[in-house]
Amino acid sequence: MKITAYSPKSSSWILLLLTLSFLLTSSFAFQSDELLVDDEEFGLEGGSGSTPDVGSTIPARPSQPARKRSPPDFSSGSDLDSKVQFTLEHAFGDSDFSPAGTFAARVKNSPHSGQTLTKLRFSRTDFTAADKDNFKKLLEADDFYRIRIPSNLLTPPGIDYVISSVKARCLPRHGLDEHIVIHMDGVNVLAVNYGSQGACQYPRHLKFPKRWLFNSHTVLKSGEQAPRTPVFSEETAVGENGEGEGVAPPERSFWAKYWMYLLPLGLIVMNAMTQAMNMPEEQQGGGQAGSQVQQRGQSAAVRRR
Amino acid sequence: MAMAIRIRVLLLFLFFLSLSHPTFSLYQDQVGLMDWHQQYIGKVKHAVFHTQKAGRKRVVVSTEENVIASLDLRRGEIFWRHVLGSNDTVNELDIALGKYVITLSSGGKYLRAWNLPDGQMIWESFLPGSTASRSILSIPTNLKVGKDDLILAYGSGSLYAVSSIDGEVLWTKDLASEGIDVQQLIHRHGSNIIYALGFIGSSHFATFEINAKNGELLKHDKVRFTGGFCGDISFLKSDTAVALDSTRSSLVSVRFRDGEISIEQVHISDLLLDSSGVAAILPYKLIEMVAVKVKEFIIFVKLTNEGKFVVVGQIDHTAIISDSLSILEDQQAIALIQHGDNKIQLTVKLVSDWSNHLIKETSYMDCQRGLAQRIFLNNYVRTDRSSGFRALIVMEDHSLLLVQQGEIVWSREDGLASIVEVTTSELPLEKDSVSVATVEHSLLEWLKGHVLKLKGTLMLANPDDIAAIQKLRVQSSEKSKMTRDHNGFRKLIIVLTRAGKLFALHTGDGQIVWSVLLNSLRKSQTCEAPNVLTLHQWQVPHHHALDENPSILVLGRCGPNLDSPGVYSIVDAYTGKELNSVGPFHSIVQIIPLPHTDSREQRLHLLIDKDWHAHLYPRSPEALAIFQREVGNIYWYSVEADNGILRGHAAKENCILQLPDEYCFGTRNLWSIVFPSESERIIATATRKLNEAVHTQAKVVADQDVMYKYISKNLLFIATVAPQAAGDIGSVTPDESWLVVYLVDTITGRILHRMTHYGSQGPVHAVVSENWVVYHYFNLRAHRYEMSVIEIYDQSRADNKDVLKLVLGKHNLTSAISAYTRTEVVTKQQSYFFSHSLKAISTTSTAKGITSKQLLIGTVGDQVLALDKRFLDPRRTLNPTQAEKEEGIIPLTDSLPIIPQSYVTHALKVEGLRGIVTVPAKLESTTLVFAHGVDLFFTRLAPSKTYDSLTEDFSYALLLITIVALVVAIFVTWILSERKELQEKWR
Repeated sequence: MKITAYSPKSSSWILLLLTLSFLLTSSFAFQSDELLVDDEEFGLEGGSGSTPDVGSTIPARPSQPARKRSPPDFSSGSDLDSKVQFTLEHAFGDSDFSPAGTFAARVKNSPHSGQTLTKLRFSRTDFTAADKDNFKKLLEADDFYRIRIPSNLLTPPGIDYVISSVKARCLPRHGLDEHIVIHMDGVNVLAVNYGSQGACQYPRHLKFPKRWLFNSHTVLKSGEQAPRTPVFSEETAVGENGEGEGVAPPERSFWAKYWMYLLPLGLIVMNAMTQAMNMPEEQQGGGQAGSQVQQRGQSAAVRRR
Repeated sequence: MAMAIRIRVLLLFLFFLSLSHPTFSLYQDQVGLMDWHQQYIGKVKHAVFHTQKAGRKRVVVSTEENVIASLDLRRGEIFWRHVLGSNDTVNELDIALGKYVITLSSGGKYLRAWNLPDGQMIWESFLPGSTASRSILSIPTNLKVGKDDLILAYGSGSLYAVSSIDGEVLWTKDLASEGIDVQQLIHRHGSNIIYALGFIGSSHFATFEINAKNGELLKHDKVRFTGGFCGDISFLKSDTAVALDSTRSSLVSVRFRDGEISIEQVHISDLLLDSSGVAAILPYKLIEMVAVKVKEFIIFVKLTNEGKFVVVGQIDHTAIISDSLSILEDQQAIALIQHGDNKIQLTVKLVSDWSNHLIKETSYMDCQRGLAQRIFLNNYVRTDRSSGFRALIVMEDHSLLLVQQGEIVWSREDGLASIVEVTTSELPLEKDSVSVATVEHSLLEWLKGHVLKLKGTLMLANPDDIAAIQKLRVQSSEKSKMTRDHNGFRKLIIVLTRAGKLFALHTGDGQIVWSVLLNSLRKSQTCEAPNVLTLHQWQVPHHHALDENPSILVLGRCGPNLDSPGVYSIVDAYTGKELNSVGPFHSIVQIIPLPHTDSREQRLHLLIDKDWHAHLYPRSPEALAIFQREVGNIYWYSVEADNGILRGHAAKENCILQLPDEYCFGTRNLWSIVFPSESERIIATATRKLNEAVHTQAKVVADQDVMYKYISKNLLFIATVAPQAAGDIGSVTPDESWLVVYLVDTITGRILHRMTHYGSQGPVHAVVSENWVVYHYFNLRAHRYEMSVIEIYDQSRADNKDVLKLVLGKHNLTSAISAYTRTEVVTKQQSYFFSHSLKAISTTSTAKGITSKQLLIGTVGDQVLALDKRFLDPRRTLNPTQAEKEEGIIPLTDSLPIIPQSYVTHALKVEGLRGIVTVPAKLESTTLVFAHGVDLFFTRLAPSKTYDSLTEDFSYALLLITIVALVVAIFVTWILSERKELQEKWR
């Protein structure tokens, strides 16, 4: 199952909105994307950029009776659904981790597969001036830019974090391209993989981004199920295979075993011999061509006589 | 001319007629030509001699490899042998009725009787019980219930009386419920009462009298000792025992006679003047005497009839003592071994007369065998009717020796039954002046060989001699030479055993070229409990430094824990000389061989300690310079199976320690994968072999299409199961068990592939090679074992197929690949049923990787099965198209075939199989296979037949005759045609 929270197009659209909201310094949440159906219910502080108090993971709130509007297709199961928010933290080289963005998602309860996460949204906090300096240092030193998210989303601040890192020089393109793949097992985060969108050429060249804006792309991934082993009836399975391989042909003759070596060898020898025999013949022929003609002429003369 | 052409056509026709299928098996007379098999038993822990009868003299032994074996006492050969399961430890061993070998194993759960002459199992009894206790086997003489002779076995807290005829349990008495921790069972000759003696708690000694007829508890007594017992106890006679008090400073005598128990205590300092410190009773079965270790000495203490302790002797604490052996006239003899320089001294004394000795012999002992560890004494009647003694000695390197009349009669290298790690080394070049240590040949053997050969030439040899001559001929033939051969078949297999001994075996015939007991891995004051870890190739000279010998790095640890200090040794691979040994130093948690070598071809290694510091070896400025240049590209990973965490690491600047160390580096955690502890537990990991050669990066599939293999040295396969399913097969229902497999890139921590097998369970065995993984597990739903294959392909290079682009150079085939590029991968997988369970899995490896691969499967029957990788192809379909058939795709079946001819081990068994190692030979078609367990097996394999060389039975004579015949034919036809031409001209 793959859930793409943002398509690249819409994410740039959101970036635009983000900057707008920056300018207006209003704490109004954006409503443009189709995935933001229930956006009133998400407490998205990160998007506003007002105060970076997103560091703490906000535990899931239980069921919400005061729901303003709920889509009809969710009406039955949505009472069990809850929302969860967790923080993306980053570190420059070996520095300590600090908040860098917030994920918001919906925990969906289904009777078959337990709890799963859906509707992941990500809002990235932009780099501060200090962050930019740090990042520049990373670029110069070709060092690692590291991120982490808690591994268990439902229990508040997870003890374990899943970490991922990338050489900082892989990120800058036009802006800063990032691609986050979160591997989920139910509501547990197994691993996060962080990197640039496309290729990261080696050797890595120093290149500063033109715009200090993140172009984020987030993917939730869960495992796939193994295909089932094909089951055939016994006879076809055994009869075809076991015997076809098992029957050993009787002992073969010398010729049968080594014809492939002997054949070319024989051909070569024969060719060589014929060549060797033709050579002197031709030489003889070439040398005596004139005299032969003479002789023929003579013999013709003799016959005429 | 025309005739010559006709011959050619005819020959061609004949050749094409004689096309036929290749075979994979070998003929009966080919056995032993290129394979060898050696049988071992492991470190002996019990030995019972059987020498009374005039027939074959034998000794029955049980070992730490859970082997029961009967050995020829004259030559040390194995009469018969049984390898019990890996967790079926033999606790006790004895001979009953002169014809059965009785073993008590698995902590007193299984009692088995084996026929002494041929080793067939007569009966087996399962003795149930849940409480863990020590296990005691007692075979009383002449104690009968009805017609059955009784065997008493104590295990799992209960006493069992078992019939020696058929193993039927006659009665059971639960003694653990009475609170007694039984230490000994005693039966007095002629009575019908069995005494079970032991401790209740730490301060009571108790005796239980049990009726031997029906197991009825007749009487029980206990007495309290205020000082408390520490647990050490030794039984001197049938009514006396000596124990140590809880402070280990005084001896306590316990007498139980006529239902009364009396206790007396004597301080050890009263016996021995200088004896401050703790004492320990040594666990030897001595009669009338007890051996107590006090500080640096072992003292022998007797108890007089009045109950007084008397010290009769005192020896150095390094001495080894045998159990006491009753000889004529109710005398007890014991043997002592004391060590000297390159020799051991064997002394046999009578218990009753300590001041004299029956025998005092000194024999030469190879220092590479270490110190003696166990001794088993046996007596015999000499030609002059006096009694002689022979001793079976177990040495520090786990070898077994028989010493008689001061000479080593035979020896067995049983350390080879517990191989920990294997590597190989090339032999020296023929012209080289460097010589390998000569094989340990004695002069006598050399002479014998020559006498045999003389006999053979004079036609005096009998069939046995002819066989011996044949054997000698094989030994001296080409294949056991000590130099490198053109095909790369001759190599040294260097193995590290659990005893810390390094052996070099020749691939030609399996002879031991050299062996060395590593000093750094021996018990010493700085290293109390050494533990061998692993073995790596340290120096493989090929380009530069050709004049140097290759060397091997051996790593060990002083103690059982991860944080114990480590040691290492570097050993010359040609001579077995220890070049360098260092330690103890920092702890070793992980060893990472780096893909860099210095100018002397020494490989750089990183040793990670418990504080996540990385230590660089060799410690030379050159190595440091190389490391600092490459540090940006050095990554490694660690698996914490207990926490379910996988981490990726890289090195950073020097670490901060009290003492500055420029070879120590800090590490940083680059990535981590956390497996949720409630749903997944790591049970298996597998990686590609570091030195594997891959010939082609692309695979041409049926429809002229190309798929690019995802070939990365950093591919890690990891398998997890549900925690509740980590136990045995069948302990969970299919619904609550699952198996998740991952393919992880260890540079970035990217999960390339993740797949869940529901209803499946471990154990998982996996092998990774090129771009595929094959793993084996149990499918609970189908009640069968399964093998799955995952192949992983690189999708990002798929657009390189355009020829025009290739011509114009617009492709990315030659550009460097960075792990930080998110390559698109596709995987293909398929599962097949496989009827065997597995002990090991491996794959063949050849020099250039051109030859097709075979999987080598160590089956549950301790054999090695070669299975073509083609059977485990995820692209098999039910009805392959013609193009697919041409490519070699086999029609899909649900199970993998087991073809009897493809057993690599043919009729042999590699008992207790633990690992299969493959090494490429220089000849591309051939790979060398070494399988080890309790036994060793070596052979050569050619997965696609030897297409690049002629077989040994190639008839060169016939080839020559053919050529000569052809030449003659050409001349004849030439002459004929000349003549014909001439005739035509005269016409």
